[in-house]
Amino acid sequence: MSITIFVPCDSSAISIGADRVAAAIVKEAEQRSIDIQLIRNGSRGLFWLEPLVEVVTETGRLAYGPVQVSDVASLFDANFVQGGAHPLLLGLTEELEYLKKQQRLTFARIGITDPVSLDDYLINDGYRGLSNALNQSQADIVKAVTDSGLRGRGGAAFPTGIKWNTVLGTPSEQKYIICNADEGDSGTFSDRMVMEGDPFVLIEGMTIAGIAVGANQGYIYLRVEYPHAHKALNTAIEKAYQAGYLGDNIQGSGKTFHLEVRLGAGAYICGEETSLMESLEGKRGLVRFKPPLPAISGLFGKPTVVNNVISLASVPIILDKGGEYYRDFGMGRSRGTLPLQLAGNIKHAGLVELAFGMTLRELLYDFGGGSASGRPIKAVQVGGPLGAYLPEAQFDTPLDYEAFAANWTVLGHGGVVVFDDTADMAQMARYNMEFCAIESCGKCTPCRIGSTRGYEVIDNIIAGQELGKNIPLLRDLCNTLLNGSLCALGGMTPYPVLSALNHFPKDFGIDEKANAA
Amino acid sequence: MTESSNIQVTVQNITTALKDKTGALLPILHAIQDALGYVPAESVPAVANALRLSRAEVHGVISFYHYFRDTPPGKHTIHLCRAESCQAMGGKDLENHIKTRLGIDFHETTADGKFSLEPVYCLGNCACSPAMQIGNEIYGRVTANSFDTTINETEALA
Repeated sequence: MSITIFVPCDSSAISIGADRVAAAIVKEAEQRSIDIQLIRNGSRGLFWLEPLVEVVTETGRLAYGPVQVSDVASLFDANFVQGGAHPLLLGLTEELEYLKKQQRLTFARIGITDPVSLDDYLINDGYRGLSNALNQSQADIVKAVTDSGLRGRGGAAFPTGIKWNTVLGTPSEQKYIICNADEGDSGTFSDRMVMEGDPFVLIEGMTIAGIAVGANQGYIYLRVEYPHAHKALNTAIEKAYQAGYLGDNIQGSGKTFHLEVRLGAGAYICGEETSLMESLEGKRGLVRFKPPLPAISGLFGKPTVVNNVISLASVPIILDKGGEYYRDFGMGRSRGTLPLQLAGNIKHAGLVELAFGMTLRELLYDFGGGSASGRPIKAVQVGGPLGAYLPEAQFDTPLDYEAFAANWTVLGHGGVVVFDDTADMAQMARYNMEFCAIESCGKCTPCRIGSTRGYEVIDNIIAGQELGKNIPLLRDLCNTLLNGSLCALGGMTPYPVLSALNHFPKDFGIDEKANAA
Repeated sequence: MTESSNIQVTVQNITTALKDKTGALLPILHAIQDALGYVPAESVPAVANALRLSRAEVHGVISFYHYFRDTPPGKHTIHLCRAESCQAMGGKDLENHIKTRLGIDFHETTADGKFSLEPVYCLGNCACSPAMQIGNEIYGRVTANSFDTTINETEALA
């Protein structure tokens, strides 16, 4: 009987050798005349164990990892195809603590299925949400999403149902659904994992959104840095068209939804929704003034839903199991689950999907296992390059939008980047200003000019020049950026800069007393 | 066929095929860069004409996006991540090593035309930092040694 072996096709797994391992397994099996079926699955998200090879046995899927090409012959010698003992054997995949402790709703299928197999998707509860949606009124679909408490997972945390309701209630012959897949924040990769590991769930979520608000055209605005996601999405979209899940008469319902992937071109600002729409229209990605809201006048001036990948990928399970099911996870006004991404200097980097409410410290140590270098963790940047650095004193903050906001920190898209005690936070603050200068669209003055003045002032501070004058100047400049910028790029760059200054004044060459302001 | 007329034919074919898409400019520029490796200045009038835009508007879009380049790249383009997660894992030291090893700074191409070096702000490979991309290949947990090995292998392929 043929033996089924899984080797992930996730680009992070590939970046550390998964393709070579897959090829070596196929070759070794041929040489030994062992009949195997090799499936490229998504990643389970335990990246320190990648490439993670799984073998289907009678007791379940067994995991071996991290597997390098040089391990393949010894795995066959140990008869791993029958679950044989080997130093890399980790046990049943589902029993791995890191996975077992998670609450995977949006990531339910990722790592389990062949991402571009529609059959796999259907067998594993795929398209049940759409099937329910097709039997409901538009208002009821929107109500289910509103009831679920789902808030925009891109970072701004705006209630998804309210946005959809605005588009539904705005009369227009043409409306659009846009998926913001311009996941540019450092430390984030959950969107990428969904697009590479379960592209159909995003397609299903967008289709439901289209039917709910009356939009017949969707665009996935994907960053050009994600070639593997691009390929997976295009393959899945083609299969969805062939099987009647996209197109003019979806599953015989008479409803129409068309979907296309458009590539960005390396501009961070195009993750801002109005800049993204300018880019889709074929223009420079300049931020628009709001109002009008995109929900009323968005792409080409038409009512447009713009949602992040994770928001849209969370919709199918909400329509499948009901808004209450999803809402029962979480705390306070943060309902459901958040796929957190542990990155940077962390021992167990990976994807951790959990209900809101666990503390950052639990995430860093219970899941992350502390720093990769073994040195003390000095600072953690949560929420991407526009998120604040948290010092150890703030590690007990619960992972919840409001709890983070109360600390003047940002939960955002759930990216967590860990720095050990060798990090120089003045250099990081300088980088944050430089990044803002490089990526500013240039439309508003505080962001365009303030960012350049910002890293110049920090350079002077690092050089020890006139701290008594330059520190207040930097604070004043940050105040201008915070209050005077058109969008979050200029408006939030002060979060990392000022949090670095406030929590790590010594790195700026100043003692804490002088810094009190 | 001269190089210049080759460019004109390629650009003409691409604009004819894509000009009727909604928001066609970015798809056209991507197709040109995929075909030629860059977006040559002489392609601008044809693109502008096909989309009824001014040349200034097309130039403005090309220059806005970091990914589009108006000069030919080296045979292989290395995109090195400069973002926070990679910095937390020694990205700065790796950057210095790469610049010394290749003898070039960001946005430059080696004298033999083999490698161009570009910064990138996140490849979404933050769980395996530091990261880089060469062509469509993504590399994780890159060290000075593994970089040298990769470069030697890439050179051997060239």
